[in-house]
Amino acid sequence: MSPIKPTGGFIPRDRNWQPDALTPPYKTSIKRSPQAALLSFPTTLSEETSPVFGHNILGELDNDLILNYAKPGESAIGPRIIVHGRVLDENGRGVPNALVEFWQANAGGRYRHKKEAYQAALDPNFGGCGRTITAEDGSYEFRTIQPGPYPWPNGMNDWRPAHIHFSVFGHGFAQRLITQMYFEGDPHIKLCPIVGVLKSQEAVDALTALLDMNRTVPMDSRAYKFDMVLRGRRQTYFENRKEGL
Amino acid sequence: MTQRLDYLKESPSQTAGPYVHIGCTPNFTGIEIYGGDLGTSMKTGPVKGEEITIKGVVYDGTGTPLRDAMVEIWQPDAAGLFASANETRGQADPNFTGWGRSPGDMNTGEFTFETVKPGAVPFPDGRMQAPHITVWIVARGINLGLHTRIYFADEADANAADPILTRIEHQNRIPTLLAEKSADGSYRFDIHLQGPKETIFFDI
Ligand SMILES: [Fe+3]
Repeated sequence: MSPIKPTGGFIPRDRNWQPDALTPPYKTSIKRSPQAALLSFPTTLSEETSPVFGHNILGELDNDLILNYAKPGESAIGPRIIVHGRVLDENGRGVPNALVEFWQANAGGRYRHKKEAYQAALDPNFGGCGRTITAEDGSYEFRTIQPGPYPWPNGMNDWRPAHIHFSVFGHGFAQRLITQMYFEGDPHIKLCPIVGVLKSQEAVDALTALLDMNRTVPMDSRAYKFDMVLRGRRQTYFENRKEGL
Repeated sequence: MTQRLDYLKESPSQTAGPYVHIGCTPNFTGIEIYGGDLGTSMKTGPVKGEEITIKGVVYDGTGTPLRDAMVEIWQPDAAGLFASANETRGQADPNFTGWGRSPGDMNTGEFTFETVKPGAVPFPDGRMQAPHITVWIVARGINLGLHTRIYFADEADANAADPILTRIEHQNRIPTLLAEKSADGSYRFDIHLQGPKETIFFDI
């Protein structure tokens, strides 16, 4: 049992680092962005707690998008990859038992969704979603196919870089985060209005996964490493000093 | 060169996009997996306290309902205890998860939560807060998930003493945080992303 209890208030969110609500080149933000000032308060118990997800909710194939929607004996089509990394907090500690959910287009850039308008083919063996829960050190991994870039209605010819969407649940509702992972070297990254909401090259880099040849499986899968950082606590409670420092 | 503090930066947020339901409520989109969607039910058995229903719609700045949003709520049980690993004040109702997730209705965008009226929870300084539910909204066009709170219009005394509500500069916007009882007995809590009825969102 770790002596460090995950309680205590969260470090304020850095609004100079996180994207603004109103980002006109990403057109949908224009009518969906609040305009009044946000109401700032220190976190309370309502934000410092969150639900607990046990590893027992996971099925064997939940973190294998190559197989979790495939017919028996078949598998999803496309470049096979492993995505792995750690969920950390701003203090650099691994976040154990974080629920990580992910979704993506197939190898051709097509989502399995009624509203999807891109003509690329559906892969009958690819659903496009998976989930896992981080280990004690905050690490996670899953297997999937590398998604393709796809066009989307914004400018008259905007394409998303290949990406995987992530939803992460830490230990406090204040940590709740949704983001996207991009792939090293994708020429669409610098053209995309959604990537463009990020305020610095450093922020873009923070969402760009590198090819990780150390984790590849020879003759099977390449690997990409993607760490994610959730908000950290301002203070850490110790068992023998419950009020903290 | 000075030393460095060496804190990490929080991962930058990106929009949940139009297909957040594939990832977070796949069964809702017709992808049958996991044996069901997480957060569909907040009750795992008979619960303590007053059972309530909360309904609402997320509207954009033109008054159009969002049909691609995901709304999550998080709250304590009727006694004010959270079903959380870091709840240190007692044992929450074992049949109540406190957490709900809704993709909204496919056609109308209306979200519905079957839950219990939350108990009061203290503010960090020890004063009691009015009963409330924490809400988190993501959707296409929202670059960073929006936090707000549901308070209850029928808790006027508690609301009048709430440490957060009383500090809001524009008191005329407080009704945007109040769930009102509807004719059918459910509570109504609509969320307006923008415009004259813009909901108060929290930087919390
Ligand atoms: Fe996408």
